[in-house]
Amino acid sequence: MSNFFDKSDLTRKDVDKIVSETLKDCDDGEIYFENSKSESILLDDNKIKSSNYSSDLGFGFRAISNEVVAYSHSNEISKNALKNSAENLKSTLKSIKGTYNHEIPKTNNKFYDDINPIEQKTLDAKLKVLNKVNDYLRKKDSTVKQVTASFSGEQKSIEIIRSGGEALTDVRPLIRFNVSVMLEKNGRKETGVYGIGGRQSYDEYLKNDNWKNVCEEALRIASVNLDSKPAPAGEMKVVLGPGWPAILIHEAIGHGLEGDFNRKKTSAFHDLMGQKVASEGVTIVDDGTIDKRRGSLTIDDEGTPTERTVLIENGILKNFMQDRLNARLMNTRSTGSGRRENYKHIVLPRMRNTMMLSGNQTQDEMIKSVDKGIFAVSFGGGQVDITSGKFVFNCTEAYEIINGKIGSPIKGATLIGDGPSILKEVSMVGNDMMMDPGIGTCGKAGQGVPVGVAQPSILIDKMTVGGTKL
Amino acid sequence: MIKDEEYLKSKASYCLDLAKKLGATDVSVTVGNSISETVSFRNKVLDESNRSDSLAIKIETYLGKKKSSISSSNLLDENLKTLIEKCFETTKITPNDEFNSLPDKELLANNIKDLNLYDQSHIENDKKIDYLKELEETASIDKKIINTESGFTENKSNFILANSDGFCNGYKSSSFTASCVTVAKNENSMERDYEFTSKCHLNDITNPSELGETAAKHTIKKLNPKKIGSDKLSIIFDKRISKGFLSSFAGSISASSIARGTSFLKDKLNQPIFSNSINVIDKPDLIKGMGSKCFDSEGVKTDTLKLVSDGILNNYLVDTYNGKKLNLKSNGRSGGSTNLYFENGNINYDDLLKSHSKILYVTETIGHGTNLVTGDYSVGATGFLVEDGEFKYPVNEITIAGNFNEMFKNITLANDLEFKYSVNSPTMMIDDMTVAGK
Repeated sequence: MSNFFDKSDLTRKDVDKIVSETLKDCDDGEIYFENSKSESILLDDNKIKSSNYSSDLGFGFRAISNEVVAYSHSNEISKNALKNSAENLKSTLKSIKGTYNHEIPKTNNKFYDDINPIEQKTLDAKLKVLNKVNDYLRKKDSTVKQVTASFSGEQKSIEIIRSGGEALTDVRPLIRFNVSVMLEKNGRKETGVYGIGGRQSYDEYLKNDNWKNVCEEALRIASVNLDSKPAPAGEMKVVLGPGWPAILIHEAIGHGLEGDFNRKKTSAFHDLMGQKVASEGVTIVDDGTIDKRRGSLTIDDEGTPTERTVLIENGILKNFMQDRLNARLMNTRSTGSGRRENYKHIVLPRMRNTMMLSGNQTQDEMIKSVDKGIFAVSFGGGQVDITSGKFVFNCTEAYEIINGKIGSPIKGATLIGDGPSILKEVSMVGNDMMMDPGIGTCGKAGQGVPVGVAQPSILIDKMTVGGTKL
Repeated sequence: MIKDEEYLKSKASYCLDLAKKLGATDVSVTVGNSISETVSFRNKVLDESNRSDSLAIKIETYLGKKKSSISSSNLLDENLKTLIEKCFETTKITPNDEFNSLPDKELLANNIKDLNLYDQSHIENDKKIDYLKELEETASIDKKIINTESGFTENKSNFILANSDGFCNGYKSSSFTASCVTVAKNENSMERDYEFTSKCHLNDITNPSELGETAAKHTIKKLNPKKIGSDKLSIIFDKRISKGFLSSFAGSISASSIARGTSFLKDKLNQPIFSNSINVIDKPDLIKGMGSKCFDSEGVKTDTLKLVSDGILNNYLVDTYNGKKLNLKSNGRSGGSTNLYFENGNINYDDLLKSHSKILYVTETIGHGTNLVTGDYSVGATGFLVEDGEFKYPVNEITIAGNFNEMFKNITLANDLEFKYSVNSPTMMIDDMTVAGK
């Protein structure tokens, strides 16, 4: 555990005093200390291109009264900096008064170990793996023209101090291992990318030469794309594979169910609570409690233990995801979804691991039922317009389906749909739910946080595919 | 107050000296401080205030052709010492890379122009609140506007870049940004749109009522959208969107993607890549320019580059490392383009709208469907259907697709360029795009 006041002129008592004084007439607030250590090592174009180590230390001080949030952060940890921040908060809130709620649920299991993944593997060992990846791929296939492989790892220690001296701490490891390969054949170039990661040591993910599997997957995606033909344009049936394609759920449904947009009534879902928003058989949860997953947290960034929140149960909208501020204003409780990228940012309600649960059908049945459509297996990113509900995501591996059979691979294309209605178009839910490989980062209001997704194969009766072939 | 030059220089020279003493053959240090204050409003009341004070240091140490780097926000000497030691230890075991080096000495900037990038005015939060009140009052005049959110940010930065070849320079810059997002609703639909202004100098920002009015107008116009059928169409890209093609272009001609062979514009130097009416300029020394720079992130001097003339690609954006790989001299573009723009075309905006009987006018795109390796482009879009020069109705839930190789050759530009961002384009029309809808 980091001692945040080490080498500063601050004592724990000083901090408690400043926090309690500043927040005494507020509804909520806390001081959040963060110490993060991170590294990234990149092999590119046959060489170790960069090796960067970074250490960041700072605090964010927040005071909330009614709907107004005052925030101030600094990376100077000193009595002076804290007092300046306190003054800044007071000057914003001035006459806006509230009543501080000292209650905070305090129990949770730990979902990861207090490790520093950076220190658990020597730099030399990391460089060796990256070089092995490069050699392996270039030897394996003469069409390989470029290989990029990287390690990134971090350990983030946080301490949250609330008015009254209550303190909550967490140590969060996170790693990612990524391989990207570019092939060139007959003047055509295509890339394939694959990665793995989560909240364990590098070696947990790399044991049994697992780096080879990551290489193979990146290579397979790139090879498929080398033979791809232009994607179709227009409305058609879409079968989504299990796992990572669940970013459809994240974009189409997830963001629209975050508390802030619904309190502000700017989400297309804000007046749909208790109503049918998906086909029967569709159940979606947002779960922060899955062991060692990228999107999991023992406590959220306000100190609330995370939980498994049921968002949609058998087609009916059940819950929004809440942080403390939006929960208080909407007269409900926090779901442990209050997150921030780091101490420089305010807390927002965010997703953790968003999952559609398994149904009874098989992927085979889905494909067989489609006369004309596409089968999408792998994706790049996605985006949503919360207010209109329109969302997109980009296929990076997809095939045409003709008369119930999988046909040629098709070029990457954007798929677009309407969030509040798309889940009503789900006509089959597979029995093969799978988690993603642990690589997702979600962006909202300029803040990126690690998240996970999962789903079984699903059949969507109607979606617009943004290819070039009419 | 942001840290002054003296403080930043003392930190930089502490790091340079220490790294040299440990045995580093070359060192480069960037140290900066940035303070920003934001006030946000929602539905005409205060929503949030946010003060941010950030220090950052980045140190690169070299041992011959070996190199590694560290960054931190903790500028206490003791912490810096630990980090530099760690950095140098890492450097020792990092493999040689023949292209690693500081920039060539003769390319370093020696004449630092004053580009008027810093306005010392400070606008108190109460004054920001007055601005936002007026803005939201205007934005919410029409009853169809059901939600307004706005923000005002004042930012001041200062930095020093120093290296062991004696380069040591930096400068202050400032920005004042106001933005407004409005939501409009009627019985059939709910839509969101925005407007913003961002300038180096406080006096240059748009007045609040104009900003609020524009945001509301954009948003109300989007109500009752329709989905159109799939078709081949000419598409006009609003200035907010057309500039995105320039950013993709800049990414594709960065020396790094050329050297790696992962750009669809590789081997296209001195060849036509745009239609012959197109000129692209990158001008670093624009007074008060949002992308202006006195030198690049390595200290190399920056000259104006005519990247494309009459459709022909003249230059890549070259940094030291990738330049050495490509056998090219750095042209001061480590960190990318500066003030990048298309020169005006010959046709005015109204005539462009009338140039075809049926045109899709795109005001927003979503998704990351740009593949710079192949040039394939496919994104979600919202906008309007234009018939015979008239806006008929809003359109959404469609995608637009093409490939940059062909799209770039089908560009027609209007003559309405303005410098609002660091990357700027006039209104743009691209013929023969695929629209996927119903």
